[in-house]
Amino acid sequence: MVPILNASGCLDALTAPEVAKSLDAFVTKTVTPLPREGNPPPRIAETEHGMLNSIGLQNPGIEAFVRQHLPQLASLGVPLWVSVGGFSADDFALLCERLDDLAEVEVIELNLSCPNVEEASEIASELVAAARAATEKLLYAKLSPATWDIAETARAVAEAGADGLSLVNTIRGLELDGKTLRPKLAFGSGGYSGPALRPIALACVYACARAVELPIVGMGGVRSGRDAVELVAAGASAVALGTVLFSDPSAPDRVRGELDAEAKSRGYLSAAAIRAVAHESSSPIAASAD
Amino acid sequence: MLEAPGRLLPRPMSLCQAPDGELAFLIEAIGPGTRALCSLEAGDAIHVLGPLGRGFDLDVERPLLVAGGIGIAPMPYLASVLGGAPALLGFRTDRHAEAATLLPGAEVVVEPRLVTELLPDDPGDVLACGPAAMLEALQALVPGAQLAWEAPMACGYGACYGCVVEIEGRYVRLCVDGPVLRGGTQGSHTSPLLRGAAPIRRSGALAGHSPASPANDRPQLDGTVR
Repeated sequence: MVPILNASGCLDALTAPEVAKSLDAFVTKTVTPLPREGNPPPRIAETEHGMLNSIGLQNPGIEAFVRQHLPQLASLGVPLWVSVGGFSADDFALLCERLDDLAEVEVIELNLSCPNVEEASEIASELVAAARAATEKLLYAKLSPATWDIAETARAVAEAGADGLSLVNTIRGLELDGKTLRPKLAFGSGGYSGPALRPIALACVYACARAVELPIVGMGGVRSGRDAVELVAAGASAVALGTVLFSDPSAPDRVRGELDAEAKSRGYLSAAAIRAVAHESSSPIAASAD
Repeated sequence: MLEAPGRLLPRPMSLCQAPDGELAFLIEAIGPGTRALCSLEAGDAIHVLGPLGRGFDLDVERPLLVAGGIGIAPMPYLASVLGGAPALLGFRTDRHAEAATLLPGAEVVVEPRLVTELLPDDPGDVLACGPAAMLEALQALVPGAQLAWEAPMACGYGACYGCVVEIEGRYVRLCVDGPVLRGGTQGSHTSPLLRGAAPIRRSGALAGHSPASPANDRPQLDGTVR
């Protein structure tokens, strides 16, 4: 089975519990040590081939999250991945320590790469090392595609103790208003997601799967089972849905069905059997119609 | 939310009329999404998700409908369920004002006159939709008025946090806490719009949407309209 998850920040399980229940795991919106109101509106803009967002990590902070949100999320009966974000090794240590003994939390995803906050982060491997020292939980490092060698980053976070990779976060983009020639988003730039991100995500998954042994959650512009099967072929063992959820809340079940159909039509027993076939030297199918 | 063919994101629209077996939307073609919707032809199919959010509270004694420009869109339906409530309409040009034919009997002004000039001293229960400047003026003139706001919106069901507006110093999602807001008491009612009125496949993808909402008796619509 190839688990289908949501990309962090692309679903609120408390306003859409049925959508969350259709996932194999629900990934929360990123939680920070203190509450954040987020960025001023307008926060989103559609582009020709994707969308920009600059939400700015709006969240209630770790204490309110643990006390108020987590019990409600746990009652959904879906495995919970908690995405955490901060601006220093101390922030990540604090967040992971707070979550460490909470049985409801299956995985902690480290958001090392939000493009919508102004503070500069310390380097990824130091943040992962701090998180690793603070918790026994499974740690997935969510990486930005905006790096010249993501495989190098993957090796560094693996060395620092990450148990898996979430690939990829959005990439910074800008859209101007056609009339005023000023940024459409109040923050200026935003995280670019949707179909335009898909080949970028695919390249990152492909590169990281060659570099490290860690399991990879592939995400970026997936709209269909065909998109998902390519991420799996590049090396992902799970697939997350992001922007597609905005236009199609039934996407998890649809993509899961399409993915299984893709696998069967290609002669595989399951979608999981397709994992990393893009790295094999020769294809059993000599030529493809497309 | 209406699928805009060829676009990544659907577009939030209010219901204009709901004759038996039909849903009618009034859409001004102002961008790529609304242009795609306005280019649809009879027999085309699009995906529709709704009803969503918190609409107008229809339990009012003396309703007065106030609309500016394309804000007239939800008024014909409101007028029909509120027993032909009186309406005040403002438009930018005579051409835009042709939309007033959807609301026979309404008082109509065209700029430079403003719709707020038509407000009586005791306006009663105001239900309003229109540009932000008009809504802000009403907010000051008629405390407690029900105001339908607008914001860029990606999902319409609380997923993206894109459509926030600032209420009492905090950002709230217009799609789940609105789009109709009323100072201090917003969110206490949910619109019965679309209740039992839709020829739409109901798959319930969002059943249980908004657990804080009193609207769990509403049908959840997720399907394709032809």
